[in-house]
Amino acid sequence: MKAVAFAYARATSVVNALELLAAHGDKAKVLSGGQSLMPAMNLRLLSPDILIDIGGLAELRGIAVRGDVLVVGALTRHVDLLGSPEIALHAPLLRDAVAHVAHPAIRNRGTIGGSLAHADPASELPACVLALDATIVVRGPAGERRIAATEFFKGIYETALSPDELLVAVEVPVAGQGTAFFFQEYARRHGDYAIVGLAACAVVAASSFSDLRLGFFAVGDRPVLAAAAGKLINASVTPALLAEATAALADELDPQEDQQATAAMRRHLAAALLRRCAAALLARPELEKGATR
Amino acid sequence: MSAPVSVSLLVNGEPIDAVVLPRLNLADFIREHLKLTGTHVGCEHGVCGACTVRVDGEIVRSCLMLTVQAQGASVETIEGLSDSGEIADLQAAFRERNALQCGYCTPGMLMTAQDLLKHVSMPDRPAIREHLSGNYCRCTGYQAIVDAVEATARTRAERRA
Repeated sequence: MKAVAFAYARATSVVNALELLAAHGDKAKVLSGGQSLMPAMNLRLLSPDILIDIGGLAELRGIAVRGDVLVVGALTRHVDLLGSPEIALHAPLLRDAVAHVAHPAIRNRGTIGGSLAHADPASELPACVLALDATIVVRGPAGERRIAATEFFKGIYETALSPDELLVAVEVPVAGQGTAFFFQEYARRHGDYAIVGLAACAVVAASSFSDLRLGFFAVGDRPVLAAAAGKLINASVTPALLAEATAALADELDPQEDQQATAAMRRHLAAALLRRCAAALLARPELEKGATR
Repeated sequence: MSAPVSVSLLVNGEPIDAVVLPRLNLADFIREHLKLTGTHVGCEHGVCGACTVRVDGEIVRSCLMLTVQAQGASVETIEGLSDSGEIADLQAAFRERNALQCGYCTPGMLMTAQDLLKHVSMPDRPAIREHLSGNYCRCTGYQAIVDAVEATARTRAERRA
């Protein structure tokens, strides 16, 4: 199908984009790379009165290191994340995740800001920013607001952004000594929406976790930072303890059932990913098998 | 509301000025306004890859890009790549190996395969499959397409040597 008719405004600056948002409120949609917005409009799931195109705003592009924070501009595309030496060095989780996002032609247009603001619960990057303990920087009529990633995602396609605000950047703490990452997802085919996925960030010292952040996606109405990780922090990770953690994870998650998987299958796959993650990060392959009963 | 917008872009090197409705996607602009019908429209939501074109040297889905977003851009379609001879060897390999039947996916396949061969000189079969994974073919079963891309990579590598 084709999108319903709409008006179009090409923002000339962030300030101009905010003026346009203030004028049109929730009748407007911000157009960045358009790789989620355009399909939704072509399928007529969305029909905004006006699109505010921020695609030309150079001030929203680029990746920079400021002290111990990696600042990623909202218009940074998936392909930029894949190829960036700064991302590879300081936040390789983002690079690993993006390799699973759709296909090259989509990754050439899709942006990190667009992905986060769209907040698809099956999307990779929202779970990554949870695991990375990132901060989402937004600008509105009253100035700048910084929102912890853990506070940003509110539901299916819902975020803490208000209609007159624009997501301008993501701030990611640079990876410190001993930081390790894990990214895997189950999908029917490479590039498809995940059935269940896990983006994890850990600090490993003396064969145990001194920190572990587990960002699960496609397990509910928003990405989930699993509390079950707490069981594995500063503890000797035995198969029994890991079984306890996966049981806690299954209790904690409330996955939806859809044409891809039942809720029970999602819980099962999430537990398998957690075991695989612990096995990979601690370099103990035997943990992947789980506890013998 | 939804007033026409003027847009200037290059298509296959030729400067184009047009006034279009914002809702007109780039695929429909190329086909209906410029009558370059090599770019095909399949799913219209970014899944099938039949509408793949190059914008500023990078492949994109032209069904997921508005014409007005191509302001100032250089767009290349299958006609451009074909007429310049850039993919003559790839097209010949597709013919020789029966890498097409109905031909609907072929322009998008060629655009995407050429994109891979530009970035990686000698991709292996899994890499070819991975790069083409966003382009659907309902006739060939893909085997012959992967064969053709692999063969082209090999001949190009030999030519360079």
